[in-house]
Amino acid sequence: MLEIKKHTENEYLTLEIQGDIDASSSIHLDAAMEEALGQNPGAILIDASHLEYISSAGLGVFMSYIQELENKNISLVFYGMSEKVKNVFQILGLDQLLTITETAEDAKRIANEL
Amino acid sequence: MPRGLRMNYNIKVSCSKERLKSIREFVKDTLSDYAIDEMEISQLVLAVDEICANMIIHSHGCDETQTIEIKIDVEPNQGIVFQVIDKGVSFNFSTYQEPSLEKIIETKKKGGIGLMLVKRIMDDVQFSSTDGFNVCRMFKKLQKN
Repeated sequence: MLEIKKHTENEYLTLEIQGDIDASSSIHLDAAMEEALGQNPGAILIDASHLEYISSAGLGVFMSYIQELENKNISLVFYGMSEKVKNVFQILGLDQLLTITETAEDAKRIANEL
Repeated sequence: MPRGLRMNYNIKVSCSKERLKSIREFVKDTLSDYAIDEMEISQLVLAVDEICANMIIHSHGCDETQTIEIKIDVEPNQGIVFQVIDKGVSFNFSTYQEPSLEKIIETKKKGGIGLMLVKRIMDDVQFSSTDGFNVCRMFKKLQKN
């Protein structure tokens, strides 16, 4: 089960992800990311506090938007990730390519600095 | 689980992406009976999920009338052998070239990183085909305690 809630506060668009992102559900993440980019926010924050699982299908979705985010000058910041989920990003060194922080406050502050 | 006893577990599932969750639960439940670090279990669950997703999508086109089988052999104090077995188009591992992360970002290709994860997590990964059956065999050493 994957549920994605979107909320906007000032220049921040937050996608709150709950559940598992695998090969069956990653299409919904893709749709949510595309819609979020379409709104041209200053930053997209990914609230991963309730993200239970991510496989390569989910990593692939985030990676596929890196260039477009750069072109549009939109920063992407993750926060609230469990150690298990963070480890999946770390195995491939994606934690070096993507910005992963602890709290929503950190995420907002760092999004402004990017 | 009795110490030192070799145990086998298996599950057969239809080739639907919606079945991946139950495959993950099977691997997790099986390994939870052993003294394996929780983070390591998560990684092993991920590796099996990646191989199964590849097979379900690429070898079987998500045809639910077809099945794949997952076998886990645990040899305590030695290691775990995971096998994903199917009948279908075989995966030619010898021609698989690992993509670079830069290339994936540049081409916006969403696939290709599943096998990278599997190779990083497992100690050995082998694909073989005999008599119409394809087997992906993965081995993970266990820390001796």
